[in-house]
Amino acid sequence: MLAYDIVIIGGGPAGLAAAASAKKADTDSILILERDHELGGILNQCIHNGFGLHTFKEELTGPEYAYRFEKEVYDLGIEYKLNTMVMDISPDRVVTAMNRTDGMIQIKAGAVILAMGCRERPRGALNTPGYRPAGIFSAGTAQRLVNIEGYLPGREVVILGSGDIGLIMARRMTLEGAKVKVVAEVMPYSGGLKRNIVQCLDDYGIPLKLSHTVIDIEGKERVTAVTIAEVGPDRKPVPGTEERYTCDTLLLSVGLIPENELSRSAGVEMSPITNGPVVNESLETSIPGVFACGNVLHVHDLVDYVSEEAKRAGENAAKYVQSKGEEISGDVIKLVATDGARYTVPSTINVNRMDDLLTVRFRVGAVYQDAYVSVYFNDERVMHNKKRVLAPGEMENVILQKAKIASFPDLKTITVKIEKE
Amino acid sequence: METRELTCIGCPMGCLLTVEIDKGEVTSVAGNTCPNGERYAKKEVTNPTRIVTSTVVIKNGDKPRLSVKTKSDIPKDKIFQVMKEIDAVRIDAPKHIGDIIIENVADTGVPVIATRNVESI
Repeated sequence: MLAYDIVIIGGGPAGLAAAASAKKADTDSILILERDHELGGILNQCIHNGFGLHTFKEELTGPEYAYRFEKEVYDLGIEYKLNTMVMDISPDRVVTAMNRTDGMIQIKAGAVILAMGCRERPRGALNTPGYRPAGIFSAGTAQRLVNIEGYLPGREVVILGSGDIGLIMARRMTLEGAKVKVVAEVMPYSGGLKRNIVQCLDDYGIPLKLSHTVIDIEGKERVTAVTIAEVGPDRKPVPGTEERYTCDTLLLSVGLIPENELSRSAGVEMSPITNGPVVNESLETSIPGVFACGNVLHVHDLVDYVSEEAKRAGENAAKYVQSKGEEISGDVIKLVATDGARYTVPSTINVNRMDDLLTVRFRVGAVYQDAYVSVYFNDERVMHNKKRVLAPGEMENVILQKAKIASFPDLKTITVKIEKE
Repeated sequence: METRELTCIGCPMGCLLTVEIDKGEVTSVAGNTCPNGERYAKKEVTNPTRIVTSTVVIKNGDKPRLSVKTKSDIPKDKIFQVMKEIDAVRIDAPKHIGDIIIENVADTGVPVIATRNVESI
């Protein structure tokens, strides 16, 4: 059996940043396992610009952003295996993986970092009526076909869902000569960034229909038409509002789900809200020595935050390996998200293990204007930050100070909530 | 006198801006809640620009497509002309991040550069 101090599952932005930071924290034996034929993950197909504004103070395309982290991994001499599929992670951190050159391999890991990213919600999860012809793609699949393989998936396109990938693909397909007829969004607001709505739809005169969904797909061999209709507050179609669009392609941009089959089979405790592992202040899951970061933990809005989070996971995994798994005792404080805040990452804090400052990330469940993000220590409000706007599409955060937590008497619960005043 | 409506992209607020233009000059911006809105509106109605990203066909490389971008932003009304020139490109590997693929695309004075590394096989 092979043995490494740290095994990282996934060579996308999270895995790369975690590997580099673990190496810089003086852990030498690190292995990245990546199932694709190259490092960089989904960033390689995100050829549009707008990445890295926070990290590098410049706007990079996805491949350029990925390469900065890939280069660091090469320069630091970190080992990686490509075309390698991880089959299993055992609770005692034996990783079973497979590829064409090594066959089936088992690796004993001092620590494991989960960095598998996420997948797109597929059509099957939507209960959309109609036939099942060719021509229905998730937006990310279409993105890979156009940008990596060089195929245009269709000529006349309807897009369901206004997530950022759907918006980006509306522009991309238009630039490559396709006609994007409409983008339908079931919610009364878009989950995408304003900038993308303006620069990907408005620039090209593509209509965005909020509170609309697909109610029929026609075509037996290939999509021939799609019917959309307005939905009421109950998200049920309103009769009489149907509009039929002839098209050969339907793209779905209807949400991302962390890819946690491996985490689940390892027995990691999962959050039903994020569909990612429940983690503590060190980004460690319910299995000691197994850490998580990036979109496998919770779906991020900006890759900059993935890199930031992954850096911490790498450092903490290095610390775990160096301390030989020694427990640091201390009271566990629970984080609770309520009144508009949907979840927090992390879910618990052991004050003796936390850094001087801890960024707690969360998302809200609806659009709020002129509301407050409040933090309570037990029943006492300790933070009350006014926000002009809060939207489900954007990640929010609060920064907690170790000194304040440590000095608060008998602290059991930290609550994050949204308040009107 | 002309009136245009814009959505500000400065932040998630997405203020609806009403811009009044007289003989190509912005005379007033309304609807913004901060100075960024006014700045954005003025630029957007007098000189809107965008960065264009796409791919070109690359031969004898370890990948079938090379991703590219305009090195800086170009006038918005030249986007499709830029795309036409990008679509016509056939180049040979290897190409690396930052390599110039088109010197002066659509007479904008801006080069198109590679955003990926494609090695030759």
